[in-house]
Amino acid sequence: MGFTEKKILVSFESTTDALAMEKYCKENNVQGRSIPLPKDISSGCGICWISPLKLKNTIYKIINDNKLNFEEIYELDV
Amino acid sequence: MIYFDNSATTMFKPDSVIDRVTDYLKHSGNPGRGVNAASLYSGSIVYDTRVKVAEFFHFNDPSRVIFTSGVTESLNTVINSVVSSNDHVVISYLEHNSVLRPLYHSGCSISVTDGSIKEISKKIQKNTKCVIINHCSNVTGEIQDLKAIGNFCKDKSILFIVDCAQSAGIVDIDVVENNIDILAFTGHKAMLGMQGIGGILVNSHIKIEPLKRGGTGIHSFDKDMPEKYPEHLEAGTLNVPGIVSINAGIDYINDYGVENIYSHELSLRNYLLSYLATRKNVSVYKNDNKSAIGVVSFNFNDVDSAKLSDYLSTQHNIAIRSGAHCAPLALKHYNIESCARISFGINNTKKEIDILISALDQFVF
Repeated sequence: MGFTEKKILVSFESTTDALAMEKYCKENNVQGRSIPLPKDISSGCGICWISPLKLKNTIYKIINDNKLNFEEIYELDV
Repeated sequence: MIYFDNSATTMFKPDSVIDRVTDYLKHSGNPGRGVNAASLYSGSIVYDTRVKVAEFFHFNDPSRVIFTSGVTESLNTVINSVVSSNDHVVISYLEHNSVLRPLYHSGCSISVTDGSIKEISKKIQKNTKCVIINHCSNVTGEIQDLKAIGNFCKDKSILFIVDCAQSAGIVDIDVVENNIDILAFTGHKAMLGMQGIGGILVNSHIKIEPLKRGGTGIHSFDKDMPEKYPEHLEAGTLNVPGIVSINAGIDYINDYGVENIYSHELSLRNYLLSYLATRKNVSVYKNDNKSAIGVVSFNFNDVDSAKLSDYLSTQHNIAIRSGAHCAPLALKHYNIESCARISFGINNTKKEIDILISALDQFVF
């Protein structure tokens, strides 16, 4: 018996963009990780970043502060 | 062995470079191919190196740092894409065959200069597409004035392409300040990395066509290469051990200080030049109007440089280079077909030069 948790998922057009996201999230101790892109989501790159939805503002701040490129941002039940 | 062929490749690699490459080979995954821990580990090193290379050249966009097999692939990629048969290109007579041969192959018209603004400005035509300059000559060691040429090219809206095969790691290069549109570098010389790794820095307003097409790990169902950089120009598995090596090489250079490396190699150059000035029947090929890196090319008159190189190698275990150095226009400029070249590295010493001098003193013409 599991339970779902709201997540924020960031997709990318390129591996380089995905790895940049991972680098800055790790450097800032942001909870989350790179995962394979779920098949229901269409994106150029097969790597995406996922974090708890409660960190939504942190994720946007990381992206904006470091001028990171992303393709889409999703809020999901995972 | 005393090794004085650092313009060809540096033999000395810091222990930190060797250790990090060795460690990487125990954990290597394929970056951008899957999302397993090994792949992400490799990918993080590649991305970290893009950032480090960008900072090393004072460049502002890590995604526009493209990894190649070396400066020859870099220059072929750029020239094949940028230059067509209808174009005109301005170069210096110090260009390497990695520039000359792709240009000849393109069928473009070429104006050859001494690399000075005075000459370059005289050669500009309506169809001049770019100025391509070898930052530091592998024959004379002379350093071109990137800032002056870059400013000129910017004013004229002409692409400025720089080959820094010899200078990266010895002379600080600021891509932004010098208005460099495209910089081609290699890892295995003064950047102290492995053979088989190099790259291109491409400014965001420039579109380069790939030299190779293949897997990129992204947009796999597209029939052509993705438009997104750096993947646009990076088909196939990257040379990650090589990338690790330049990552570690840059760390070593930054710790040592580029200015200190330049000063050290210049002092060695001046030391050897002082000796050669005392010798009769010697021709030294250099440009006294420009500063230079640690390269000294010369001939003892009427002596085949191959004979001198072989003598030093077999009799004294000293490695130098003889021949044309893949720079035919430079040799034509000096009206020679070959010359002996001593090129210094970060680990060479004056004591080693004293041994060379002793060997040269014993050399029977």
